[in-house]
Amino acid sequence: MGPLIPLEIITGHWDFVIALLIGGAFGYILEASGFSSSRMIAGVFYGYNFVVLRVFFTAMIVAMVGYLYFSYMGWIDMSLVFVLPTYLNSMLFGGFLMGLGFVIGGFCPGTSYTAAAIGKIDGVVFAGGVLLGIFIFSELFPFYEDFYVANNLGNVTIGEMIGVSNEVVAFAFVVIAIVAFYVTSIIEKKVRKNMTEYKFE
Amino acid sequence: MNTKLSSKRKPNYINPYFGGVLLGLLLLTIFYVAGRGLSATGGLKLIVVTLVDKIAPEHAENNAYYRMFLPKDGSSPLSNWLVFGALGTFFGGMLSGAISGRLGKLRIEKSPKISNTTRLIAAGVGGILFGIGSQFGRGCSSGAALSGTSAFSFGGLIIMALMFGVGYVFAYFFRKLWI
Repeated sequence: MGPLIPLEIITGHWDFVIALLIGGAFGYILEASGFSSSRMIAGVFYGYNFVVLRVFFTAMIVAMVGYLYFSYMGWIDMSLVFVLPTYLNSMLFGGFLMGLGFVIGGFCPGTSYTAAAIGKIDGVVFAGGVLLGIFIFSELFPFYEDFYVANNLGNVTIGEMIGVSNEVVAFAFVVIAIVAFYVTSIIEKKVRKNMTEYKFE
Repeated sequence: MNTKLSSKRKPNYINPYFGGVLLGLLLLTIFYVAGRGLSATGGLKLIVVTLVDKIAPEHAENNAYYRMFLPKDGSSPLSNWLVFGALGTFFGGMLSGAISGRLGKLRIEKSPKISNTTRLIAAGVGGILFGIGSQFGRGCSSGAALSGTSAFSFGGLIIMALMFGVGYVFAYFFRKLWI
């Protein structure tokens, strides 16, 4: 029965070793999939490379379906798995800033680490920017302390929010993903025909 | 070096659907083992907290945000799962790059239409926006969008939708950075 650490089946400082290993696998998969390249990532916004969408959506539907399966088989207690709480106002604003940062910088924090790790200076600078951004946010925190916690919906799931079961949510994601894979593959072919300056690194 | 379109040339990356399956199984593993998701910015946040606490401990204690992440028992904020996870991500990326021959000398990747300086400024500004946004959003693409949504969090879905949606809305204005 899982999750193992919250149920104290794994204890002590083993969890740091596990964190290092899981983090390592995460970085490996990101880099191997091409996420150490900002131009490859940014392709999702211009239609010349949808690798981000493919990896992201595949990961999400595999995790969602697997998670429900684990729960169904009694292997994991879903009530002990962290559901990110929804602070509506703050998250809408945060998501907006991240979208802007994404298209300007071409990385997200995790991918910038892997870019930095293989020698890309733009990856180092992006990660440095994230560090600075967190510092700026923290220093100015008193100004928006109330905004930060406003409209707290709690640990609400997508299913609870729209009034269906999470099984239905997972199914919808699978369908959306398959349609998106197909449509974007057509867009990608068309856009690439007209591009002369893009190359894989 | 061939700078012409080379979509026919096979890049040395793994198949994205295969990468996605691996990433999905990794998420499932971390749900099962730790009852939480992946994270990338959490580690950097704790580094910021530690630095501020070392340089100006009173200032850190007086700020409600830093205080949230300073352990009550006085131990180091760095002794945390998130820091080890972020370190792992860096070295995991390095290992993959080394195996595939992408680990190389210091370089800048950019569109041929912009200068190195422009690219670095854009990367820095993007990073700052992401840093601020991830704190308002309670997580970045890894923690909120990917892990959050996969654990069916409504907030995670909001972050994912906005991150990509806003990117598309503003993509036109920043096209020269990329194409």
